[in-house]
Amino acid sequence: MALLEIKDLHARVGDREILKGIDLTVNAGEVHAIMGPNGSGKSTLAQVLSGRDLYVVTGGSVTYDSKDLLEMDPEERAREGLFLAFQYPVEIPGVSNMYFLKAALNQVRKRQGLEELDAMDFLNLVREKMKLMEMDQALLNRPVNTGFSGGEKKRNEIFQMAVLEPRLAILDETDSGLDIDALKLVANGVNALRGKDRSMIVVTHYQRLLNYIVPDFVHVLADGRLVKSGGKELALQLEESGYAGLGIYEEGEVPPQQTNNLFAGGPGVGKA
Amino acid sequence: MSDSTNTIETFANQEYKWGFVTDIEAESIPRGLSEDVIRLISAKKHEPEWLLEWRLKAYRHWLTMTEPTWANVHYPAIDYQDIIYYAAPKSKKDAPKSLDEVDPELLKTYEKLGIPLKEQEMLAGVAVDAVFDSVSVATTFKEKLKAMGIIFCSFSEAVREHPELVRQYLGSVVPSSDNFFAALNSAVFSDGSFCYVPKGVRCPMELSTYFRINAKDTGQFERTLIVADEGAYVSYLEGCTAPMRDTNQLHAAVVELVALDNAQIKYSTVQNWYPGDKEGRGGIYNFVTKRGACRGVNSKISWTQVETGSAITWKYPSCLLIGDHSVGEFYSVALTNNYQQADTGTKMIHIGKNTSSTIVSKGISAGHGQNTYRGGVKILKGATGARNYSQCDSMLLGDKCGAHTFPYLEVKNTSSTVEHEASTSKIGEDQIFYCRQRGISTEDAVSMIVHGFCKEVFRELPMEFAVEAQKLLGVSLEGSVG
Repeated sequence: MALLEIKDLHARVGDREILKGIDLTVNAGEVHAIMGPNGSGKSTLAQVLSGRDLYVVTGGSVTYDSKDLLEMDPEERAREGLFLAFQYPVEIPGVSNMYFLKAALNQVRKRQGLEELDAMDFLNLVREKMKLMEMDQALLNRPVNTGFSGGEKKRNEIFQMAVLEPRLAILDETDSGLDIDALKLVANGVNALRGKDRSMIVVTHYQRLLNYIVPDFVHVLADGRLVKSGGKELALQLEESGYAGLGIYEEGEVPPQQTNNLFAGGPGVGKA
Repeated sequence: MSDSTNTIETFANQEYKWGFVTDIEAESIPRGLSEDVIRLISAKKHEPEWLLEWRLKAYRHWLTMTEPTWANVHYPAIDYQDIIYYAAPKSKKDAPKSLDEVDPELLKTYEKLGIPLKEQEMLAGVAVDAVFDSVSVATTFKEKLKAMGIIFCSFSEAVREHPELVRQYLGSVVPSSDNFFAALNSAVFSDGSFCYVPKGVRCPMELSTYFRINAKDTGQFERTLIVADEGAYVSYLEGCTAPMRDTNQLHAAVVELVALDNAQIKYSTVQNWYPGDKEGRGGIYNFVTKRGACRGVNSKISWTQVETGSAITWKYPSCLLIGDHSVGEFYSVALTNNYQQADTGTKMIHIGKNTSSTIVSKGISAGHGQNTYRGGVKILKGATGARNYSQCDSMLLGDKCGAHTFPYLEVKNTSSTVEHEASTSKIGEDQIFYCRQRGISTEDAVSMIVHGFCKEVFRELPMEFAVEAQKLLGVSLEGSVG
């Protein structure tokens, strides 16, 4: 039984349709990479799966652990083990990281029938995970993401993931804005969390992240549809040829054939 | 007079209907205010002549005053002749016989606030005979205080048992002529708290109105007087988180605090009077005059308030910093939701030398609420070395509410330091979503963020009050962030 089953998913934001029929199956323990040019709908997919109501689902279905995911509120999805590492983690002044994360963890524990943790127990539990992400205890006392650098924010996302132990983690362009050292640290953290009970969807623009977080499957998203799927070699292929090499263009880009011969009437977006 | 006849008849019929024989005073007072009404109030309380004269003087002065209109609040004109100024004791037969008869919405709120069942019964006015664990608790408590020389009782009792003390201090901080509502209160005040802490005594527990029996029927025109003698310390808690209804719409209380040399008074308020319905109908008008006089050298008075109720709140707990090195503090969280209006703040008057004051005001506006901070920092000519720090933060939830700030800084001494900071913020949808994606519900998220916003003020509350206050904010903000 697949953990996540997306069938013909359509979604819009405002009156623009972004997802135009996505099909994807993710089994337990698998790491899927989703790549694609700007505007293809990568982040939209991540947000729709997590339940952001700015995005309206207009068709299709998503089953998570045999449940109808689209019927669930965002906090419900989270408590069932769905985690989104945000591309732009927001700041929450006045609320300490520790208080926030403890509240989140206790919700998950409540769902699992476990006792809630108090501050002391929580600190003991997170000690190891803090070491993993090289987080200083001082960071725990600071308000959520407030005054954090880009790298610190991304590390905080993975740290939270390590504490919450989700079954399905969606990493939305976790590599954006990171220098090579920060990238390695984050990737380390993610890799340490791989396991047979954890599935991941890694959304990324660049192939480079996938050198560190090696995926089981790679999919290419273009213009709201998954146009190509393959193993990890597909990512390397993309590195070589670029999206254009696969005949995939960003919105507004003009394919070379057309510029050379405007009257040729050749195919528009080709599929390699 | 036919009004009163009708009321008596209804009363009588009720009694007959239930077939009870009763000793309830079937007495009703006509609506309206006059010297006769005041004499009646004073007589019913068996007050001494001097107090009756004091009331009458205030009343006569009130007649010459006009209601102020400068506050940023709007309400239909109050007909002062359409108010009953003496509350007859509630008939026990009208009371619900158990919590099953109480409005389930009200019970739900009690649950959310974590109020224990026995207290719920008391608050809902359930006719329970044995709520009297609290009576015995109250008695042991009072004896302990008595042994230390601390007087803590109802204002009426203080007038009877300690008239010299009352007479010495009553009206010395808020004279009857101070303002329209203070004059009215001075004329018709019902009851309130009186506390005197003798020299060098530190009151060992937080005093609260909970321990005064019959506290709940006196809310309309409350009068409170607290005096901390040299070197004394007392912490007083007013109000409770439970929503309080009252058929009387106008509440005009007066609170006077006096701190002598090296004395300290901490006065905390949690106010949740009925705020009106979602359309803004009904709701209490809370027009309060609160003032503390730091008379002594090194004296300190701190006001901490969490105001979530009332349709209209109009109050400026203030400090007169008379003694050298005296300190005044004001920490406030004021919430306006639906159609509530608040014009609240403080006045810090620096008179002595090297005085200091701190103001931290947090205003939260939601729904169509209008929240106004009005602060006055006055540094008189002789107040050398005065220091003031003011911070006024507003949070807007939604796009239909308003936050307004009117800071007044009047500085007449060049050696003083005055700082003022202000900020405005809102809770973004993205912040709420971030919390939800971590398994935290919208309500809990708003509560958490608002708590973070109010932390500095909650820190000043006595601990159990702080826990209750946090729950209260959460309950009051339900549904405000969609």
